Amino acid sequence: MSFIRDTWIIFRRSMVLSLRQPLWVVIGLLQPILYLTLFGPLLQTIAATSGFQGDAWQVFVPGLLVQLGIFGGLFVGFGIIAEWRSGVIDRQLVSPAARTAIIAGRTLRDVVVITVQAIVLVGAAFFLGLRVPVGALLIGLVLVALLGAAFSFISNAIGMATKSEDALAPMVNTLALPILLLSGILLPMTLAPAWLQIVANFNPFKHIVEALRAVFLGQFDSPIVWIGLLLAVVLVVIGAWVGSRVLAAQTK
Amino acid sequence: MKPQSHPFQPIRRLPVELIAVPHNDNEAQVTNTIIEAKGLKRSFKAKGAKGKTIDAVRGIDLSVREGEIVGFLGPNGAGKTTTLKMLCTLLAPTDGSATVVGADLRRDPVEVRRRIGYVSQAGSTSPEAKVGEEIVSHARLYGIDKQVAIQRGKELLTALDLAEIWDRTCGSLSGGQRRRLDIVMGLIHQPRLVFLDEPSTGLDPQSRANLWNHIRKLRDELGTTVFLTTHYMDEADSLSDRILIIDHGTIVAEGTPAELKKRVSGDTITLTLRTEADAVNSGGIATRLNGADAPVIEANVVRFHVPDGATALPVLLGDLTKAGIDAIGVDVNRPTLDDVFLTLTGRSLRD
Ligand SMILES: Nc1ncnc2c1ncn2[C@@H]1O[C@H](COP(=O)(O)OP(=O)(O)OP(=O)(O)O)[C@@H](O)[C@H]1O
Ligand SMILES: [Mg+2]
Repeated sequence: MSFIRDTWIIFRRSMVLSLRQPLWVVIGLLQPILYLTLFGPLLQTIAATSGFQGDAWQVFVPGLLVQLGIFGGLFVGFGIIAEWRSGVIDRQLVSPAARTAIIAGRTLRDVVVITVQAIVLVGAAFFLGLRVPVGALLIGLVLVALLGAAFSFISNAIGMATKSEDALAPMVNTLALPILLLSGILLPMTLAPAWLQIVANFNPFKHIVEALRAVFLGQFDSPIVWIGLLLAVVLVVIGAWVGSRVLAAQTK
Repeated sequence: MKPQSHPFQPIRRLPVELIAVPHNDNEAQVTNTIIEAKGLKRSFKAKGAKGKTIDAVRGIDLSVREGEIVGFLGPNGAGKTTTLKMLCTLLAPTDGSATVVGADLRRDPVEVRRRIGYVSQAGSTSPEAKVGEEIVSHARLYGIDKQVAIQRGKELLTALDLAEIWDRTCGSLSGGQRRRLDIVMGLIHQPRLVFLDEPSTGLDPQSRANLWNHIRKLRDELGTTVFLTTHYMDEADSLSDRILIIDHGTIVAEGTPAELKKRVSGDTITLTLRTEADAVNSGGIATRLNGADAPVIEANVVRFHVPDGATALPVLLGDLTKAGIDAIGVDVNRPTLDDVFLTLTGRSLRD
């Protein structure tokens, strides 16, 4: 199928280019490790208080993983704007390549980068004392990859639709802040007052974080796990749809 | 669909299935129409102003024969890029139709994409990418396999005097090298028709002349039809077999450079005077010259046309002296495309 072949070609090219700038990959890896080492210890003391289920790592690492998925994807749009400016996107659009492949290939690259970062994060957390079943880690990685895909699609789509860093930056920040504050990524929402919990219930990412926390506690049969995974899949579908619409609109 | 022909054989033989128009003998090939556009139109919604539209291209008819180098000449904002992007499937026409290398632009854009090369005004490569990688990955999008892409890419680079750059990053190339690399990218799938948008913008005079040679070679040695846009008249003049002049989204003239220049009545005489009053008076004197047209007066400069500048000049200078007017500068110029443009639109291309 030409879509798969074209996606692979675009993916390979983007991957080679990303690996040529290892600085960004390293910074991406360093961030979660800094969170683990500098913020993790704080949590250890809070973990003793009420509202916490499980140990600090079981609560904290799922949050960090979700954060990695979201933020790893959210900023890739800057890259596609630079590529558009250098004429690469038009060059690919004028080739017979499948339109959707032009965005999907790049998103696949982002998913690979984010997944590798997640593996490093989980490895570092293991050293610091995280102990969870292997199945939980796998589900964690799948969730990170799905979130990374969804946000990479969206960010690339906004990038291509606006073609301006100045427009993308505020949009990305506006998206990021409520997601971060209302999802209990850093601290569980169970610590929040009732009104805040109600507001947070409307944030799909809160449920995704909770799903992963449940998994890390070994509660694989809890319905929240399915809800979380389903929400992540829905986000990817929406992202892919928006992404291919925006790409198709480039030649309209 | 892998064209087997070698990029450097003098006349390209393309796979028969590529050719939709009848093409039995050499004679037919010479007269083949490779682009045929009817009433191409494109308007954009103006940002900010509600409901307003910008008519970038207002119903263009054009026809290009196989093997021609056609120059699409016009000032900034005339609609050159917009027309090119429509013909390359990058922009959907608001109205009109076109057949490009035998494929219908609206019904079969993918087939058009397979058959054309496009070198955009903005370039085609990432600065961090290596030349070889960009060429191979681009070729792969056309279904060309890696080995063929490497071989063809290296041959094309050599042909454009870029033999040693395969492993360099695109960002490390000079402007002229990068522009030629863009052309290599556009030719990697051996299209019969290539579109070049402002190929020499931003290059120094030497690199421009060098690039023009390569573009000529492209047609002479590979038989590639070249459709290029430019707002440089010297570029259009020296490169094109035929020129289309576009202004405000319409084609205002068409012909070989020589034909177009014939439209301008003779040579241009430009007089520079000391004062604006002198200029007005000289304009009056100029009008009385044999065959002169109405002079254009801009401050202290008067410009007009006469059938033959060499014989008109002594008469003019004599008349000026008699009237007591002292010209500080006199120029006689053979017609240029700029004069053609001026005659057609009342404005200079350089503005
Ligand atoms: N995407 C767009 N949205 C709105 N207006 C546009 C768009 N693209 C082009 N235009 C307008 O259409 C007109 C023609 O633009 P075009 O880029 O085709 O000109 P051009 O002849 O290529 O000029 P240049 O020599 O500067 O490259 C201009 O007025 C331009 O502002
Ligand atoms: Mg242009």
